[in-house]
Amino acid sequence: MSGAAPAKPAVDLADGEWHRLHPASPLLRGGLVFIAIAGFVIANLRERVVEFFLVIFAPGQLDDGFGEWSDENDWGRDPIGGIVANNLVGWALLAVLLVVVLVIVGFWLSWRMHTFRVTPEAVEVRSGILFRSHRSARLDRIQGINITRPVFARLFGAAKLEVQVAGQSGNMQLSYLGSSLTDGLRRDILRLASGARATTQSPAPAVALPSVAAGETLAEPLPGLAQPAGPAAAPGTGPATIGSRAGAIVGQRVDEFLAPELDPELAPPESVVHIPVGRIVGSTLLGGAALWMLALAGIVIVGVVSRQLWMLFTFVPAAIGIVSYFWSRITKSLRYSIAGTPDGVRVGYGLLSTANHTLPPGRIHAVEATQWVFWRPFGWWSVRINVAGQSVTSGAEAAQRTLVLPVGTAGDVQRVIALLLPEAAEGGPVAAQIGSGLTGRAGLDGDRFSITPKRGAWLHPFSWRRIGWAASDGIALLRRGSLVRRLVLVPLARMQSVALSAGPLRRGLGLAELRLHTVTGPVVPTLPIIEREAGDALFTHLAGEAVERANDDRSQHWGREAADA
Amino acid sequence: MPEQPDQSEQPDQSEQPDQSEQPDQSEQPNAAVEPGPGHRFAPDTEWRRVSPKYLVVEVIGSIITTAIIVAALLVAFSLWGLWWTPWAAGAVALIAVVAIAFEPRRVRSIGYRLREDDLLFRRGIMFQRQVAVPYGRMQLVDITRGPVARALGLADLKFVTAAAATAVTVPGIPEAEADRLRDELVALAESRRAGL
Repeated sequence: MSGAAPAKPAVDLADGEWHRLHPASPLLRGGLVFIAIAGFVIANLRERVVEFFLVIFAPGQLDDGFGEWSDENDWGRDPIGGIVANNLVGWALLAVLLVVVLVIVGFWLSWRMHTFRVTPEAVEVRSGILFRSHRSARLDRIQGINITRPVFARLFGAAKLEVQVAGQSGNMQLSYLGSSLTDGLRRDILRLASGARATTQSPAPAVALPSVAAGETLAEPLPGLAQPAGPAAAPGTGPATIGSRAGAIVGQRVDEFLAPELDPELAPPESVVHIPVGRIVGSTLLGGAALWMLALAGIVIVGVVSRQLWMLFTFVPAAIGIVSYFWSRITKSLRYSIAGTPDGVRVGYGLLSTANHTLPPGRIHAVEATQWVFWRPFGWWSVRINVAGQSVTSGAEAAQRTLVLPVGTAGDVQRVIALLLPEAAEGGPVAAQIGSGLTGRAGLDGDRFSITPKRGAWLHPFSWRRIGWAASDGIALLRRGSLVRRLVLVPLARMQSVALSAGPLRRGLGLAELRLHTVTGPVVPTLPIIEREAGDALFTHLAGEAVERANDDRSQHWGREAADA
Repeated sequence: MPEQPDQSEQPDQSEQPDQSEQPDQSEQPNAAVEPGPGHRFAPDTEWRRVSPKYLVVEVIGSIITTAIIVAALLVAFSLWGLWWTPWAAGAVALIAVVAIAFEPRRVRSIGYRLREDDLLFRRGIMFQRQVAVPYGRMQLVDITRGPVARALGLADLKFVTAAAATAVTVPGIPEAEADRLRDELVALAESRRAGL
């Protein structure tokens, strides 16, 4: 192994030099589209193409296939016939060849020109052939690092690394990188970002090398596996080494494909939450989309009963949509894992396409546990978070990223929140309050939340007993909702501002509404009802504590403290 | 590898506020009125109101809006003879008159207050809203001037944090005061800068 490490000295991607992406990147990013277009064209013109080659290679057998082509108006309908009839075959082939060459050269150039480097201050990416762009993301503004491995990329042993920074369009994508290198790169970026750099600079290369070695050890046993097959097939000949090498590469791919989502070298191997497949399927079937499914089933039944079968066909698109939603939700929740690492919480999921997100400490602005009414009998909850740089409108992938726990029990929620917010670790006052926050309501024994006055029932007749707040250790807990139970935790160190408001109704009842403002995301921390005086007091308290906590907060440079200690 | 250039980041955060606030503290002996955490020096101002001239901006604004709506309704009446349009125009005008009558109180209800660590803002008589924005959270301070406000020498000061919901805009501040306040707040924000 010590021999293998110096053989690949350029593998440390975070050494401050410019590096290129995985050679298959252009193919994976745009090439698949190109192949798909080519396939589409060929499939559509297949018969004509076959005849076309018949014309070239066996001109004698030409039947009347091209005889029909006479008019120049037919160009749009039958371009290949037109080419043949006008004796443009050579030109056409040349044009196709030219396009293919241009595309390949373009891909190659874009790969050549797309470079990145990781310096102690920033991650920088240069790209573009004609219009060069140079983006750089400051390390101390990194909000998270996501690694995704789509199915096709996994076949090539490639992975996509995305550096998430604050700002609406600020995410930097490195697509694609060698799969085994990606985890090391992420760790190096996070280590640099943690602020531990000045003191740990000298041991850093020593840390980087084992990761290279780890990549090698992954590959090492595989030639061993391939060897028994190799020499048995063709002992002592040249092709055997090629065969065994090919076998080793295939074996490595297979191994990477089957490897656990979280690299055991980098994270404690056991996830704090395990989701049984039955629960994933059940929770999806009982989720919000279940209502649509019921509606659809009702329509189908009505259609069948009233013999209006045409009705069924109009709902085929909707049915396809629902099924694909279920499918994507289930596959994305499979092999789910969440674990704490020194550089943040890592969430991984996915069956065929896998992804994992690392959230460094001090980047989580709000956490919400939700329980929708159908989930209540089973005690299932889901957990969502607000992180900076996540716009509300940016689609399903972002929504998936903010969903930290797709479905879990109350115990799972406790463990996940303890990972996300270290202040809520087990044994502390916050952990004790989470229990009341999830299922409690005013009047229950041992409830640790504030009590909403009964006149609040005028505004929230069903859930007024649930509405309440608690605060300890710099975390504000807001509880509300009875049809959809919600518990929001906001670390005051990252609260942006706080607002107290009251419209005429609330003022007439001596009530007010309190809102904590955090960065945009799926979680809206709000306390719909609070007594006026209590609201004023809480407002003052939160405003003061937010400033104090923000001043004392050092989690932005989490590694620096550890290095000082 | 060379030493990092930004090793001074943390000392800055802890030392600068003290230096900048000490002169303020001597001018503001009534800082103890504020029940906030007492271990820092407070440049606390009491509640400040916006300029009374801002009333003119609001009134002209509502008159213009009302005039446009009423005109549109009346045009609709003359063109298509919809019977309800004059009544609607009357109702709109009536509401506008009532709203303008309350305008002085509404403008008086707008207030802001620079506390030691955060800015307080409140407004509204029917729909009351009160917001506290810590200086360290301000991402930028924006000055805008509408045409009427500009004629009166007024400006709006808008505070932007990382949260879109913060939405704090203090209207009707005299221009010179707005510029001074902006520089002061930017300096405060810079000295208290925390993470995001």
